[in-house]
This record gives sequence, structure tokens and C-alpha cells, in this order.
Amino acid sequence: MRSATPWSDVISYLVEATGETLYMVGVSTVIATLLGVPVGVWLQLTAKGGLRPNAAVHRILSFVTDLGRSMPFIVLLVALTSVTRLIVGGSIGSTAVIVPLAVGAIPFVGRLVQNVLSEVHVTVVEAAITTGASTLKIVRSVLVRESMPALINAIGVTVIALIGYSAMAGVIGGGGLGDLAIREGYQRFNDRILWSTVAWLAVLTTVIQFGFTRAARASDRRRHASV
Amino acid sequence: MITVENLTKTFQGVSALNGVTLDVEAGTVLGVVGPSGAGKSTLARCVALLERPDSGAIRVDGTDITSLDGSALRAARRQIGVVPQGDSLLRQRTAAGNIALPLESAGVPGPQRRTRVGELLDLVGLTDKAAAYPDQLSGGQRQRIAVARALAANPSVLLADEPTSALDPETTGSVLTVLDRARAELGVTVLVVTHDMGVVRKICDDVAVLEQGKVVEHGKVLDLVNNPISRTSSALLPAVDLNPINESAYDRVADVVLVGFAAVGALLPEAAHRFGVELNIVGGGLTRLGETPVARFRLGLNGERSDSALEWIGEAGGAVQRSLKGPQGVAA
Repeated sequence: MRSATPWSDVISYLVEATGETLYMVGVSTVIATLLGVPVGVWLQLTAKGGLRPNAAVHRILSFVTDLGRSMPFIVLLVALTSVTRLIVGGSIGSTAVIVPLAVGAIPFVGRLVQNVLSEVHVTVVEAAITTGASTLKIVRSVLVRESMPALINAIGVTVIALIGYSAMAGVIGGGGLGDLAIREGYQRFNDRILWSTVAWLAVLTTVIQFGFTRAARASDRRRHASV
Repeated sequence: MITVENLTKTFQGVSALNGVTLDVEAGTVLGVVGPSGAGKSTLARCVALLERPDSGAIRVDGTDITSLDGSALRAARRQIGVVPQGDSLLRQRTAAGNIALPLESAGVPGPQRRTRVGELLDLVGLTDKAAAYPDQLSGGQRQRIAVARALAANPSVLLADEPTSALDPETTGSVLTVLDRARAELGVTVLVVTHDMGVVRKICDDVAVLEQGKVVEHGKVLDLVNNPISRTSSALLPAVDLNPINESAYDRVADVVLVGFAAVGALLPEAAHRFGVELNIVGGGLTRLGETPVARFRLGLNGERSDSALEWIGEAGGAVQRSLKGPQGVAA
């Protein structure tokens, strides 16, 4: 029986893996937000009772979105290899993981965003319509701005989900905390690394969740945000 | 200023508007009243350009606005300020920000926008609440901000859909005062859709009664109260039937409607004096329509010249609506 890995080594493992995880999740969240919010807006605009109802477009968009969400991430990870190579010039490593992470998260974000936008009261939207506002103006100033707290929370949920997905990054050499726990901890019977990583993941997700909750509240001008 | 011509609208085979025709003169307030399901909301939504009628026209300054699209439609919407039913303010914007919304849509530049918002806050008496968010305002204050928002882009017509339905009587007064001031100070033509006859009593010049998608009564409030069979008079005037009286104590019993300070104050004593009759008010009461005092009294008269006295009251400007005891021909 080997002696346990020294704590200083565990910590340097964790630091490196955390950097990889935050890099993969951070970049893919930004991409998924930039592309997923428009998808969600489009879904909501074309929905029944939306600003530009269009059953055909909505149905196609819904279908594609749900298809994307139903794909297990590990399958996406390997299936997108050639696409990834085309975009980032390689198919292994942390950067390569960003492509499938972002692709997987776009429909996820799209659905969350549509749900959030659909919660804006119809009287508020109609009031904006009667002021002569354009559709773009209503999307920006009413739908998105009124939903900002919920949208920030939705992005928080996405980040946490992506941290989960990124645990599979090891399959294509992406590294990160999940990979550390599986490869160094589980497969090499190193309980200290395994449980340290688990504990650190719990702390990390809690902190991130807390941060998003605070940001959502800070953006909210409703009752509890007074002064 | 705004005319509605033969408007029809059907929802899945159910007719909501069945040929509605209305005319609101510039600078006046028209109240559209009627029971639930009469088509009031549909009419309001058509005028707000949120719903397209199946047929008919809505003209603002002579131009039909029902068949517009795109930017012409948005421009038409700015001509009609709308106070929607229910809470309609953006909760993530301040009161001032909410009022600015139509100005942003109209492309009014920042400095002018701020000036205009200031004027409107002043008009609705909420200057000190400029930076408050809707959740920090009372229901009546929110509704006044909604009125200010509706007026921001200088519309020629203001449409208010049930502006007082969620408010208590006291706040209702403050919202109605603001609507009245909009007409008085800005010369806006106001169309107010309501189930509350109190709104008609307080601010309306004209009234239209909607029933089953049709206008069944339309005219000046002060004219309609003089018409004993109008729905408006029975809804607006004080009831006279509360205490049954002993009719045998009188030679004549009749209901009269008196409009205006002079009539209410002086007509009855003068009639009694002039014809030497005993004239008692045995029922009814006094109310106000806008600034005008209006009374409906049940009179009991004793004396030989009672009929002449009633006839004189009719000629002198009162309306004898109903003779309960005595020759029916007296009714003017």
C-alpha cells in the first residue's frame, strides 16, 4: 500500500483541475448564452400568444431544441469530433471540450430562456405594444429587462449543469475536476484525491450558485430590492 | 376626434361586437359602460389597436386606423394613449423610466425626454416618486403613472380600460382627477371603458351603454338623466323607492329630476309659493354629475293647483319623470 498523496500535491492537482474546469465551463457558458438567448427569444416570439406567432417556425425550432437537449453529453462529445477539429484546430484538450459543451448548452439555455420570458405578464407586454414600441424594443426593454433576475438565475443553472457535463471531458483529454476525480482518484484507488475533489466540487458549485443568486437579486428592482 | 363606425368582432362564432358606432367629440370624456360580457373589453382592445375588428372603422381625425401595418401601425398607436386594465408597469423600471417608454419608442432624444417626463410627473402629482419602482408605489399611484405613460407621446386620444377596477373608492378619485386634468389641461379626448357608473358620474360628458355588443344608448350624460326611461338615468340618479310612502296623504305624487344649482336650490320652494300648494320631498336625493348638482326627488303635493305646480316645474327646467298619482299627461 502506497502512502497517501501529500496534501500539498492534492492542492496543486486541485488548482490545476479547477483552472481547466473554469476555463471550459466559463467559455462555453459565454458562447451558449450569446447563442442560446436569441434561440429562447425566437422560441418565445414565435410561440402561440407571442409577439410574432408562427406555428411552423416554432415547431421546427422546438424540435431541434429538444433534439439537442435529449442527446447524452458523452455522445455529443465524441460525435462532434470533426466539427471541433474544424473550429479549434484539434480534437483533444480543454479547448476542444468547449465546442461540445457549448453546443450541448445552447438548446438548454434556449428552453430556460423561453420559459423565463413567457413569465412576463401579457398586460405588461401589451402596454408596451400600445406605446408604439417595435418588436426589437419590446424584446430588449420589456421581455429581457423585466426577466433579468430570472435570466441570471437560468445562466447560473447552466453553469452548474456544465460543470457536471465537463466531468466527461477526460474522454478527450480535457482534464478538469471530474477527470481528476475519476482518473487520479477512482481509477487509482486514491481516496484522498477522490474525496478532496468531491468536497471541493461541492464548495465550488455552492459558491457559484450563491454568486448567481446574489447577482440576480442585485438586478431585481422589485420589493425585496428596495434601497 | 375619434369615431367608431359599425365595428364588428367575432371570436370563434361568438359575436363580441355587433355593429358598434360611437363618436367622441374633441376634448370630451366618453364613458362606455355595460354589464360583463357586453363587449366593453373587446371594444377597448380594438381601439387600443391590440385587436383587429372583423369589419368597421375606427377613425382618429378622420383617418381609419384599423387596417394599418408596420411603422404606420406603430405611429397610429402613439396617437392613442392607452391605460390598460390591470397592472401594466415595467417592474424593473422606475416611475420615470416607465413614463419614458413611449418617448423612447418615438425616438425622442434624452434631454427632451427627461423634460417631458418631468411635466407628466407633475401632471399626475407624483414628482417626488420619479425614482420609485412600481413595487414601492400604491395601486392608485401606479395607475396614475400608467396614465402619465399613456399621455407621454402627446396622443390626441386617451383610452382607459377599467382604470379604477382594482382600486378602493378613495384612490379611484385620485385616478379620475388625473384623467379629468388630462382633458382639461392637455385637451385630450378621453374614452373610458368601465363597469363603474361612479366613473361616469364623476368625469364623463357623454355616455354610451353597451349591451350584447351593441350600443343601446349614447348621448350627453346631462341629457340622458332627464330621460326617465334611459338606463343612464336609472343608474345615475338617486333611488326614490327606498321608503314606500303613504300616497293617500297627498293629492299628487310625482318624481322630478332637477339639474343645476338654480333648479335644485330654488325651483321647488318657488313652485310651492307660486301655486299655494303644500309640497313635500318624500323620497330621492341629491347627487353630482361632474360639477353639476342633480336631484331626483319624489314629491308629495297637496292643494287645488298641484297639477299646475307640477306643470310649471316642468316648464321652468325640471323634468317631471313620472306621476304616480294624478293625471299621467303631466309628465313633460
